[in-house]
Amino acid sequence: MNAFDAIRSALETLRANPLRSALTMLGIVIGVAAVIAMVAVGSGARDQVLRQIASLGTNLVLVGQGSIQRGGVRLGAGTAASMTEDDAVAIVREIPEARVVAPYVRWGLQVVAGNQNWQTTLYGITPDFIEARDWDIPAGRTLSDEDVAQANKVILLGQTVVNSLFGGGDPVGETVRIGATPFTVIGVLGAKGQNTSGQDQDDVVFVPLSTAKRNIPKMAKSNPRFVHAMVIKMAEGADMEEAQRQLKDLLRQRHRLAAGQEDDFWMRNLSEVAATRDASARALSFLLAAVAAVSLLVGGIGIMNIMLVSVTERTREIGLRLAVGARRRDILMQFLIESTTLSVIGAAVGVLVGVAAAILVARLAGWPTLIEPESIVLAVGVSGVVGVFFGLYPARRASTLNPIEALRHE
Amino acid sequence: MPSEPPLIEVRDLRRTYVMGAERVAALDGVSVAVERGAFVAVMGPSGSGKSTFMNVLGCLDQPDAGSYRLEGEEVSRLGSDELAAIRNRRIGFVFQSFNLLPRLDAAANVALPMVYAGVDRATRLSRAAEALAQVGLAGRTHHRPAQLSGGQQQRVAIARALVNRPSLLLADEPTGALDSRTTAEIMGLFQQLNRQGITVVLVTHEADVAAYAGRVLTFRDGRLIDDRRQQPLEAVA
Repeated sequence: MNAFDAIRSALETLRANPLRSALTMLGIVIGVAAVIAMVAVGSGARDQVLRQIASLGTNLVLVGQGSIQRGGVRLGAGTAASMTEDDAVAIVREIPEARVVAPYVRWGLQVVAGNQNWQTTLYGITPDFIEARDWDIPAGRTLSDEDVAQANKVILLGQTVVNSLFGGGDPVGETVRIGATPFTVIGVLGAKGQNTSGQDQDDVVFVPLSTAKRNIPKMAKSNPRFVHAMVIKMAEGADMEEAQRQLKDLLRQRHRLAAGQEDDFWMRNLSEVAATRDASARALSFLLAAVAAVSLLVGGIGIMNIMLVSVTERTREIGLRLAVGARRRDILMQFLIESTTLSVIGAAVGVLVGVAAAILVARLAGWPTLIEPESIVLAVGVSGVVGVFFGLYPARRASTLNPIEALRHE
Repeated sequence: MPSEPPLIEVRDLRRTYVMGAERVAALDGVSVAVERGAFVAVMGPSGSGKSTFMNVLGCLDQPDAGSYRLEGEEVSRLGSDELAAIRNRRIGFVFQSFNLLPRLDAAANVALPMVYAGVDRATRLSRAAEALAQVGLAGRTHHRPAQLSGGQQQRVAIARALVNRPSLLLADEPTGALDSRTTAEIMGLFQQLNRQGITVVLVTHEADVAAYAGRVLTFRDGRLIDDRRQQPLEAVA
């Protein structure tokens, strides 16, 4: 019996019992669809994380002023007032890997335009900050060194702020006020979306560092060189661990910390944070795929069950086929091809359902999904293997029947 | 002229079944030869060993001891694939309960042995149609078994048995499920095929069926107790 005849015969047999065949396939359909949809959800989540890592900029280290302890009470990040613009200058000078050092101050406050107001976060920055964080300026111009040198009252608005104050219209050239001080909008920041912690990165306004210190009342500090934190962009391919160690030593030395004393600053490597999140997204997609794989297994058991029933029902047919000259391996192949046909057709339907489900999840739930071609190949391949594996036992049973007894079977 | 070997030659055939603690000798030393072109009826009460004899002749079962030569070739010690090939090419089976596959039409049922002979599909269908014409069912190729009468179903089964042009036709109670008129028709068909040269061995427990044969073998308790040649009853076609 050649393969073509065997497949034709298998299809005829499956068509003879359409409801049973459909129900048997359902297990595989659900399994394959689940694998594809789950992997799509997992990959979508991972893809989002990876994009966030890209939006953070690579090779970035964030250093900020740390907490101080007073009478055993830790007063929280930023209370130590330890970081200065001089630290930034020293880092550029002392740490060869540090390409860009962008010190900044930040404060939550209200901005007003006309009769609209918006609570947002103000960053007092230098042009280096825009470079280090890879911000686009889709409209207007970016901050210049002059703006910082002359403490110009100019402002860059994030997308969220533009939408809130100007309803999405072009704000370039307009005036916004912070307290009593008017600022001219010189540009708009490109959208970055949420960061890995779910914060809106577009809900920000940028002004020159010098302007912020001079004109924002809350910024008045005893030390005019004070900054909250700085973004440090290391050279491409730099040894981040080594660079961070040097950075830490330098800051401890500059802040005159004794050997046993705690750091008065914090330091974070953004890609480390993102990598952790990537790992958990990976774990999530693995878990989802594992759950889906279990349903594929259950589908395979369903096939085995129905194939065993089929072998029993068709005992006389098997006896007859043996009598008219079928070899044992012909019978084995016939039943294996039937079970594999069931699982492969089930898998094909499952691919369609899975892709549709992934698209629906993206549309209805708003989750990002990413259909992986590998998951389709894998799911179809695995269900083929499932068909052979779970078909093997019933097929062996069929092929080892005694033809005389099989012909007498009622 | 060197004598041609008999189609079937069995010597001291033995087959014992173990049923629980009991050993049943279904064949207890059977020796017989059947020449090419014969029409033989095998009779005997149930348990006489005639079915076991048929199964051995049909290469569905193998003897524990003794020799079975089919067309001069010793087949009692062959492996299962070789036996399958013999059943496929040299033997045609007809059963009491027809054993047609219900979801296949008459032509596809008839074509089934050719599937295992590696015959291509187009040839299968044309030869199946020929075989159906040979048994008088030319117009019924696309009928399913359920749409055919018992006699017609048995004719389909006979066509299936003939389609690979075997030298031996084995029929196990082929008229057991048929009424007497249809029985006469089917026996007539067997006689007609026999006249065309095919050797027919049929098992029956009915004397009026055995009457159509030219030779009657009678079994009892695993032994051949009677071997009688007779003038066959002519079926009215």
